[in-house]
Amino acid sequence: MSAPGKVGFSKAVYTRPRSLVDVKSHFCPGCHHGTIHKIVAECIDRYGLREKTIGVACVGCSVFLYDYIDVDVVESPHGRAPAVATGVKRAQPDKFVFTYQGDGDLAAIGTSEIIHAANRGENLSVIFVNNTTYGMTGGQMAPTTMLGQKTSTTPYGRDFRGDGYPIRMAELLAGLEGTAYSARVAVSTPAQIRKAKESVRKAFEMQIGGMGFSIVEFLSTCPTNWGMKPLDAQKRVLGEMSEYFPPGVFKERKQADFA
Amino acid sequence: MQVYRTASHERSRLSEAAQPKGERITATGRIEIDFERCKACELCVPACPKDCIGMGAAVNRQGYASAVFERPDDCTGCAICAETCPDACILVWR
Repeated sequence: MSAPGKVGFSKAVYTRPRSLVDVKSHFCPGCHHGTIHKIVAECIDRYGLREKTIGVACVGCSVFLYDYIDVDVVESPHGRAPAVATGVKRAQPDKFVFTYQGDGDLAAIGTSEIIHAANRGENLSVIFVNNTTYGMTGGQMAPTTMLGQKTSTTPYGRDFRGDGYPIRMAELLAGLEGTAYSARVAVSTPAQIRKAKESVRKAFEMQIGGMGFSIVEFLSTCPTNWGMKPLDAQKRVLGEMSEYFPPGVFKERKQADFA
Repeated sequence: MQVYRTASHERSRLSEAAQPKGERITATGRIEIDFERCKACELCVPACPKDCIGMGAAVNRQGYASAVFERPDDCTGCAICAETCPDACILVWR
């Protein structure tokens, strides 16, 4: 593509990642799924993995991964992506396998699958998008919903007496012996986006190096179901959500256990 | 030699005439926003360190008033807007 308008600006500094399909996305305005898709596509491009990657998508807004990332994708039942990915990786160990899951999917319906996949130390990468609600089905309460947050199933706000507390998945999985890398990142500021890229690169490197299970939790917005404008939703991520779900790296294995 | 120097001098005089002071290109970068794909989430507006991007009035086929490249003269081509855009509809040149 040539530079538009004025002459002299000939070097393309930023273009769409090659692994990101050149189509319009269905996501709501301001949804961070698009940003996270871009980060994943950039990392796939960086390691030249496009031809040997198999993605596993579950149910939720995250399922449309197969429309946007130009790799082979298996669609799995709700929450069962780590189980399906385990089968794919064991059948074809030379392939790069990652799952892309939301919080209703990974932290509620698929809790058993994710915990046991991590505990077995399966050589997988998991991209976990936490937007504190069930986005696609209309904003019901998820296990990660903040205390006091109003959703369609907690109209008076989440109360710990009846609904329990929000689960911190990155910390929980970091406590398991099989996990090689566990981090939580946000994508609300340019600096955070760059840190997030670094974390996804590390998670991918763990799998490439055969180190074991890696998970990156993204704090994402859901402006539609939160009833906020995109910029206000970003402020919520930076404020309330970052306080309860602090971004950071919780576990990073330096060398493989079975080396 | 003499001829060459005159020609060079002539050329610089001409280019100055073509770009009078105040309208000289000061930007070191340029972006292009895909009008039809923009969903007007406004995330790129505060992300730009030079405040080059604003919200436009024209509505695209999706029904959103797309962001516009308002002050191209200040653009440095840092690509922060493009990294921020969830719909990957900003391209950057430098």
